[in-house]
Order: sequence, then C-alpha cells, then structure tokens
Amino acid sequence: MKFGGRLKYVSQEKIVFTITLVMFAVFAVSLDGFIGTSNLLALLRSVAVLGILGLGMLIVVLGRGIDLSMVANMAISVAWTIQLVGTGMPLWAALAIGLGFALGMSLITGILVAFAEIPAIFATLAMGTFIYGFGRAHLITGTDVVYLPADFGWAAQIGQGRLLGVPIPILLAVILAVVVYLFLRFSKHGWNTYNIGDNAQASRITGIAVRPTMVLQYMLSGTAAYLAGLITATAVQSMNTRIVNSNMIYDVILIVVLGGVSLSGGRGSVRNVIVGTLLIGVLVNGMTIMDIQYTIQNVIKSLILLLAIVADSVINPRDEQTGQQGDI
Amino acid sequence: MSLASSIKKARYRFFPDHIVGEMLSKSWIDNAIPFAFMIVVVGVIGLLLPNFFTGSNISILSRQYGELALVVLAMTTVILVGGIDLSVGSNFALANFLMLYFLNLAHLPVGVSAGLTILITSGVGLINGLLVGYLRLRAFLTTLVTLIIVRAVVDLLLLEYAQDMSMSFYSSPLWDMMGLGGVWIFPFSFVVLAAVAVVAHIAFSRSGPGWRLLAIGGSRRSAFNMGLPVKRIVCSAYVISGALVGMAGVLYAARLSGAGTDTGIGLEISALTAAILGGNSLGGGRGSVPKALMGAVTVLVLSNGVLRLGLNSGSGPMVLGLALLFAVFVDVRWMKNRHKLLSKVYVSPTLMEMPDPRPTDKGPFEINDRLSDVEVIALGEVESPEDVILDEDDNLYSGNRHGDIIRYFAPDYKTHEVYAHIGGAPLGMSFDRNGNLLVCVGGMGLYMVSKADRSVSKVTDETNRSVFSVVDDSRLRLADDLDIAPDGKIYFSEATIRYEMHDWPVDALESRGNGRIICYDPATKKTRTLLKNLVFPNGVCTAHDGKSILFAESWGCRINRYWLEGPRKGKLEVLADRLPGYPDNINRASDGTYWVAIMGMRSPALDLALRMPDFRRRMARRIAADQWLYPNLNIGCVARFNDKGEFLESMWDRYATNHPMITSMREHKGWLYLGGITNNRIGRIRLEGMNDGWSGWSSYWGGSARGQA
Repeated sequence: MKFGGRLKYVSQEKIVFTITLVMFAVFAVSLDGFIGTSNLLALLRSVAVLGILGLGMLIVVLGRGIDLSMVANMAISVAWTIQLVGTGMPLWAALAIGLGFALGMSLITGILVAFAEIPAIFATLAMGTFIYGFGRAHLITGTDVVYLPADFGWAAQIGQGRLLGVPIPILLAVILAVVVYLFLRFSKHGWNTYNIGDNAQASRITGIAVRPTMVLQYMLSGTAAYLAGLITATAVQSMNTRIVNSNMIYDVILIVVLGGVSLSGGRGSVRNVIVGTLLIGVLVNGMTIMDIQYTIQNVIKSLILLLAIVADSVINPRDEQTGQQGDI
Repeated sequence: MSLASSIKKARYRFFPDHIVGEMLSKSWIDNAIPFAFMIVVVGVIGLLLPNFFTGSNISILSRQYGELALVVLAMTTVILVGGIDLSVGSNFALANFLMLYFLNLAHLPVGVSAGLTILITSGVGLINGLLVGYLRLRAFLTTLVTLIIVRAVVDLLLLEYAQDMSMSFYSSPLWDMMGLGGVWIFPFSFVVLAAVAVVAHIAFSRSGPGWRLLAIGGSRRSAFNMGLPVKRIVCSAYVISGALVGMAGVLYAARLSGAGTDTGIGLEISALTAAILGGNSLGGGRGSVPKALMGAVTVLVLSNGVLRLGLNSGSGPMVLGLALLFAVFVDVRWMKNRHKLLSKVYVSPTLMEMPDPRPTDKGPFEINDRLSDVEVIALGEVESPEDVILDEDDNLYSGNRHGDIIRYFAPDYKTHEVYAHIGGAPLGMSFDRNGNLLVCVGGMGLYMVSKADRSVSKVTDETNRSVFSVVDDSRLRLADDLDIAPDGKIYFSEATIRYEMHDWPVDALESRGNGRIICYDPATKKTRTLLKNLVFPNGVCTAHDGKSILFAESWGCRINRYWLEGPRKGKLEVLADRLPGYPDNINRASDGTYWVAIMGMRSPALDLALRMPDFRRRMARRIAADQWLYPNLNIGCVARFNDKGEFLESMWDRYATNHPMITSMREHKGWLYLGGITNNRIGRIRLEGMNDGWSGWSSYWGGSARGQA
C-alpha cells in the first residue's frame, strides 16, 4: 500500500507516455530518417489499423469483457467481401454483406457472453476459432489469400488514398477515436459501459439493461474490426486469412493494456489507447528501421506487455481478500 | 379397477422416480454429461469412418492420445487451482525441439535428454508460476505472453538449428521403443499417460497436497484465510503443468522425430477444450483426472475424425470452436442450475391409495373428552418431549430438542435435572435389562446412557448399505424408536432415509416407503437392516410374548407385526389398518394389550392428494414449502388395541387445551404418561381399572417377564 501510495500520481499511462517520448527522442537522434514527415506518417499509418482494433477492444474491455475474436472476424468478413466483389457483386452490396457478417458474428458473441453467461475469454476465443473455421470451410474455400479485384471502386481509397497529404487510414483512426470518445463520454450506453465494467450486479439492480448493453459492446467491436479489415485489405491489395493465426490479437490487447486500461473493466479511456498505440508504433517503426527480426520484435513486444502488467499489478496490487473467484 | 388406474399403479410401483433426484445429489453426476458426449462423439465418428474401430487405428490414436492427454492433464492441473495455462502449446513445441536437439546435436543419452527437457519446460512453468502465483498477475494474460515469447524462442532456435537437425538422425532401441513400440499392445506414450494419470488421480482425490490445490481453486480467499500457502501451491501447479507438457513433448519427438514451426500450434485451445469438455470447472475447484481423460478422448476423436472425414481446412477449427462453446456453456449452466434442479426433482411423490378411515363418531375411536383433565408436568420447562419413560423408582425421563435427556423426580415430578446430554434430537427411549437407557437420536443413531455413571456411548450409527441404492444409505439419518427383544437384540426404526428430521413433512408428501426396521445385535455388535421400504416406520414395541415386534407405519396409517420366532418367523403382516390418524409410538399396556399414540388426524384433502402424485409433484416444484399440504399434527388421541389388532378404546382431548398433541405414552403403576413432540409439557392421567403395580421395566425384565408366554 505504501508503495502504491507513493506512486499514486504515477499512473501506468504516464509511465508509458514518458517511455514513448524518451524512445521517440532516442530514435530521432540515433536513427537516420526516423524524424522525417514521410516516416512519421508511415509510422502512424502502420498503427492505424491496430489503433482502430484497439478502440473496439477498449469498449469491450471497459465493460469487463475481452474480444479475442476480433482478428478472425476482421479477416473472414473482409475476405468474404472482397471475394463477393470479385465474383461480380456490386460493391455496396458486398460491403453491406461483409458488415452484416461481422455484426452477426459479434452479435452471437455478445449473446453468448451476455445471455448464455459464458466467460468472455472463452466465448470469444471459441468464436474466433469458429469464425475462422466457418469462413475457411464455407466462405473462402481453397485459398488462404483473397486478392483485391481491380475494380474495387471508391472503397480502394480507404487504404490507399490521401486527403490533404494525410493517408486516409490515419484520418479514419482519428475520426473513430473522436467518435468512440464522444460515445463513451456523452452517450447513455457509453456511461453504462463504464457502470457495467465497474459493477455489473449493481448496474443490473439500478435498472441498466446490462445484457443488451454488453451485446452492443461486442457489436461495436465487430464494427471496428470490419473497418480495420477494410483498411488492411485495401492497403495491401489482399486479405490473408492466415492473419488469424498470427499474434495480432495479442498486439491489440497489448496496446489497450499498455495504455493503462484496466482489464477488470470500468477504468480507462480513448486517451489510454492512443498512448499505447503510439508506443507500439514508435517501437515497431524504430525496430524496423534497425532491421530487427520479426520474431525478436515479437519477443520485445511481449516482454514490454509483461512489464506493463507486472507494473500494473505492483501499482494496483490484487488483494487476496478482494480478489474475485474465477477471475482469470 | 380401470385400466388407467392399473397403469398408474404399475408406473408408480415399478418406476423409481426418486432415483433421479438421488443421482443428481451424487457428485459423480458431474461426469454424466461429459461421458455421454464422449460416447456420442466416438459412436458417430466410428460410424462415419469405416475403419475407425480397427486395431491399427486404435493403436495410432492411443499413441497420440498419450501425448494429448498429458497436455490436457497439465491444463487441468492449472484449471483446478483456479488459473489457466495458455503456454502449453509453445512449451510443447519447445520440449519437442529440445529433445531432438539434445539427442541429435548434443549427443546426450535418451534419459538425460528427456530429464533436461522436462527440467527446462518445468522452468517455463516456474516462470508462469512466479508471475501468476507470487506476483498475482492474471493467469490468462501472463500465460498468453509466455506463449508468444516461448513460441518466438522456438522459432529462433529452429532458424538456427533446424538444418543441422535434419541432417542427423538419432536412433537407439530405447528411443525407437518410445516412438514406435510399447508395452504389450499398449503404445509407450499410453503407458506413460496411464502411470501419470494414476498418480495424479490419487494425488487429487486422496492426498493432502491435491486437496489443498483443489481448495485454492474452490475459494482462493478462504484457502488464504485458513493459512494455506496459496502462492506456493499456485506456483507449483504451473511447474507441474510445465513438466507434464515436457513429457508430452518428449513423446511427440519420439513419435515424429521432426521439429517444425507448426508443432503445438493451437494445442492450448485443444487442451482447454478437452479439459472443459470433460467437465472440469473453469475457475477451479471442481474437476478430476478422469474428467480430463474423457475430455481428451472426445477432442482427439473429434479433431481426428474431422480431419479424416476429408472436410475442408476450416472444419477442424470450426468444430473445435463449437465444442469449446458447448462445453463452457454446459459447464456454466450446470454449475449455476444443478442445485436448483436438484431441489426441484428431489421430492418425488408416489401413489398412495389409502382405504377409508375407521369411523370416529362411533366404535372404539368415538371422540370423547377423557384427556381433558390431564395433569400437566413441567409446563414451559421442556421443549418437544417426543417420548417419555419411567424407571423402577418411578422417575420420569424425556428427551428435549436441545439434545438432553431430562429426569423428573418422583413422586410429584416438580423438580428435574439433565440426566445426560447427547446432542441431536432424542426420540424413542427404552430401558434394557440392566437399567441402561437406550435412545434413538434423530440425526445421530442409537445411543446408550449407562445406569452406573450416566455416560453416553454410541451403540450404532450405521447399518449395511443396500446393494442397489444410489445414495449411500448406511448412515442412520432419522432413527426414531426402539424396543428390545427378550434375547437382548435391539429393534429400531428409521423413519426415512431421504430426509433429515426437520424435513419430515416432505417425507409425508412423498409417502414413499423410505423407512426401515433395523436390528442391532449386542452379541455380535452388528447392525443390519431387516425390513425396507416402509412408510415412516415408527413406534417399535416388542409383543408381550416376545415373539414378534409391532410397529406403526405413520403415513400409511397402519400397525404391522413382524414375527421374530414361531411358525411365521420373518414374516410381516398388517395388524391393523385404516386408522383415522397417523400412529406414532406403541407401548405395552398392563393388561396384555398395547397403547398407540395417534399424533395427527387424516384429512380428506391430503388423502385425496396422496392418490394424485402428479399433483403433489407440481405442488412441490411450484409453490413455497410452507404452503404445501402437510399432515395435520395438531391433535390426536391415545388408543388401545390387543394382539389381534382389535381396537378397544381411545382417549381424546376435544378442546386441545391441556395436552394437545401426543406422540408417545407410557403406562406406569396405574398412570398413563403422555409426550408430544410439539409440546412444552408432559401429561399424565390416572387410568381406571388398570393394574396399579405394573411397570414397563418389570413387564420386560422383571420376574418371569422373559418367559411370560
């Protein structure tokens, strides 16, 4: 407690933000080409997708949930959209179907968590496995990678276009950040998300529609996943469904947790996600410039995540008396 | 009798409704759903794949099963302590790589290599354990991170050494036996698994460390507060997990001798699915090794079957994902609703067709006011004297609900003392030949208070277990009255084996034969059940000639005779039925007849309800317990009957003011002493025309009592 008291004003967010600034300064001085506008835009652009996924994850985590199915949902819904366009379906219809698929899957996830009361970790883990399996078995058969057809219309601009010299992914991430901020700060459901994360039982007693709100949280994260997927696919001209087997979902958790959002729910805001995203952006960009192997990058990122959660547990120690049973 | 009612009768006679509730109350019922699921999966896959049940396929599968089940056991260990270990997949890959490295490149012997490998994977477990156990990090995130890090390390090592490793090929008899051979028809990995499983099962179910581990999983806070070394035990669970995964990895290396980047990918999900599908509870505390093994069979057959059915690439994960969802869903719902379900289905009324009662407006049961001038003893000083008894010095004894035997001093019974404290709820009493007081104690069994020093000793509290009973019925739940035969054998009744004493109304609602007559033989010190399936047996009394015992079946409103000797030895017969109320204790009268207490009167509504078991079942499920139909125990009477079962007289208190409720009575020297379980007094009334010198003890043991007949 004494330790915690001394560190009362040293939140994880501030530590991470400081580390980010220090690292930025060190890279700026030591690495050639780091500080240039093009590199900085590339840096932001590279983490825009992660940031958008993080915003979706934020909403779920604030409500004391977690969504491990985001990447699977993103990959399969977008890959299917692209495939539908490739087979001649009008763009708007394909986009609508893809979004519908993403929303439908996250609706199921939400129902499983909120109404069937399956712990979020397992519901979303299983849904992620299921979505990937279902997609590969029935929607995108035969090939791992779905390539963007030549005539993807205006939607191709989502990943490739620029507005006033700024890549559209960055703009989209910023807009989404503002929207999520407004949602959490000013809307009834945003407030209730915090309330549910703080104390779901009490929220229920006060008359908040806890279960529908939880379903809404998962559907919002599904929307974010679809948007992030569209950006990824249009940026690299394809959607590789094997991304589901990568560590991407852990990166998303990483940026959320790093920024200081509490996994026990109810604590955190968009600002925390931005800080976490920036740290990862700077780190990955720096390491890429230094030509560090991808595997080692993974190790470094994981170690940082580990440090972040160790720091979290030292600053906010979990007490044997108040720890929740089954909270793993 | 119409066909419909015959069918109804047969259905309630032969279909054991109560078994369902009793099965739900057993802890092995937790295994029923996983087991059924396993059987279905194996059956369906076996039907779909033509050569599934062939010897070679079973052999291949069981070799893989050894590896998978070890990992599932690792996962189960951690789940039981309330955590989760996602790093099993990459730790498995690490073990596989290390084993091959030590053999092929470091040229170590198999034993040393395996030992080192398991040591290192245990080290990974130790890191998890330190972080989760000591630093109190979240298990899910922490092991997720170690999953990534270990996987990255394996990838790096593979980049470095894969080429060298593919060049050399280690071979030795032991290594080949591990990978290809086995013991008799069992593959090596299966034998290892069997050994580990036996050890683990004994550890979890029968050893201190295993229990402590489960205690922490059940409630970490309580375990901490009772002083268990929570941190150390949690940490050690992860180390064990690491070691088991290491073993699995070694066996995998022996089988395939190849290190690839996809080794162990997704293994954590398979293992998790298996552990939960087997019925181990997320969050810890509930689970077992057999559950883990069942889950592993299901997952192995499922994933193997999907693969071999030639479905396209996504089907495996899809089926696995669905299985995990299903498993967690069932687990959550089962944990949440099991007790609700149990309380709903445990009460299982049966058909009870009671003949019309004897009339109470004429004949021996004609209502009168003979009890209205009962003398009251110890008013307000005793609570629930179920039975009363007197010794040869005319002192009066009764039990109370605080677990004491109270003695009231002759001649006026104005003073009393606690004769002995037993605990439980003392019910029926009897003096043996030496003046020791034998007492049936509800919830405890048969006890004796010695005459010499008033010391209380247990006579018996268990009988032989029924062979086909689902629940263990050896322990005595509600022993309620006893009597002693001339040869010293103690015959006593147990009213019900399905309910505790305070739930007696529920047993009445069931009106099933839940009770039994039990005999304790002091010569052999053996207790055995004589008669079963009796409807609330009560009021055991040895006949005057000592050749039979009489007992009442309360909810059946009848009095039975069970022959101890003579031509009808071992036979049970109904002595008197169609009683107007519920008979309780039976005791000898001085003139060779018997007194019986009627503790409450039958009502037409309940009699009708007894013919409608469905109605009573609905009642028990849907409305609150205090609104159920119960037997009326407010008012009753004392009646007297003879050895032929003919009733001679009855004594009532129509206004129920002086001594409202009667469960027992004793005749002693011209007086009749009355006890009632809901009373705060004991009553006595002068008997006209009875033998003034007669006492219960002398009737049993005095003079020529033994050979009276």
